[in-house]
Amino acid sequence: MSKLQVVAEPGRQEIIIIRLFDAPPELVFEAFTDPDAIPQWWGLRSSETIVDQMDARPGGSWRYLNRDANGNESGFHGVYHDVASPERLVYTFEWEGMPGHVLLETVTFEEQDGKTKMTDRSVFQSLEDRDGMLSSGMEGGAGESMDRLDELLAKGRAART
Amino acid sequence: MPSTRLDTVFAALADPTRRAILARLANGQATVNQLAEPFPISLQAISKHLRVLERAELITRGRDAQWRPCQLKAGPLKDVADWVEDYRRFWEQTYERLDDYLREAQRKEQPHGQVDR
Repeated sequence: MSKLQVVAEPGRQEIIIIRLFDAPPELVFEAFTDPDAIPQWWGLRSSETIVDQMDARPGGSWRYLNRDANGNESGFHGVYHDVASPERLVYTFEWEGMPGHVLLETVTFEEQDGKTKMTDRSVFQSLEDRDGMLSSGMEGGAGESMDRLDELLAKGRAART
Repeated sequence: MPSTRLDTVFAALADPTRRAILARLANGQATVNQLAEPFPISLQAISKHLRVLERAELITRGRDAQWRPCQLKAGPLKDVADWVEDYRRFWEQTYERLDDYLREAQRKEQPHGQVDR
């Protein structure tokens, strides 16, 4: 029932996430826009999310800091465009691990029998940006992901010689 | 530099012909002619695709005289799939935590501890 769907088609510069929540849209929308709620659910269990800034109004800024189990920090920030309770949230999103690659995110909340179907659509400025986000895993600092890539490529080369 | 390598792998995977070539190689090594067979494009075009895949370190070429056998290198391709799994897992966990948060929020709304469904 609550199964997560992540749609990232090859060649399309977007990621769509669909998830059903067992709560009415008003409550889910609030969880997405309340600075006290965010640290209680956003991110991996092993990490900590700090709300640095959050003004959930059109033109308002937001910034989260995510600290992983190793102490690596990732920053995410953007500006709200639409804040239409409880149906729709539109905001820009920039991951500080990949600066200058801003995406536009639209989150809609649809009522279904007292539950909420959330559709989160992230549109990237290029296919490379989309794939970069996917490959980041959203984990740790960008440095960690890139080091891991280097390591794995080096292993691949060593295996061939 | 690392992001350039990453770009190379993803650019290599972004083409359907190249993905089909990789799928064929997953079943065993093949010559350029064998790989070209299912496609309505020239041998030269196939060779171009193979060079892109080789640069991305997704395949290797043998040193055969005329036809070059290609072999699938599982490592980088599998690792790319793992990263997408990491991305998915992040949101799985995040939304499971949101499930807990919402359950608790609704419980608090019911003074006698009964959740209204």
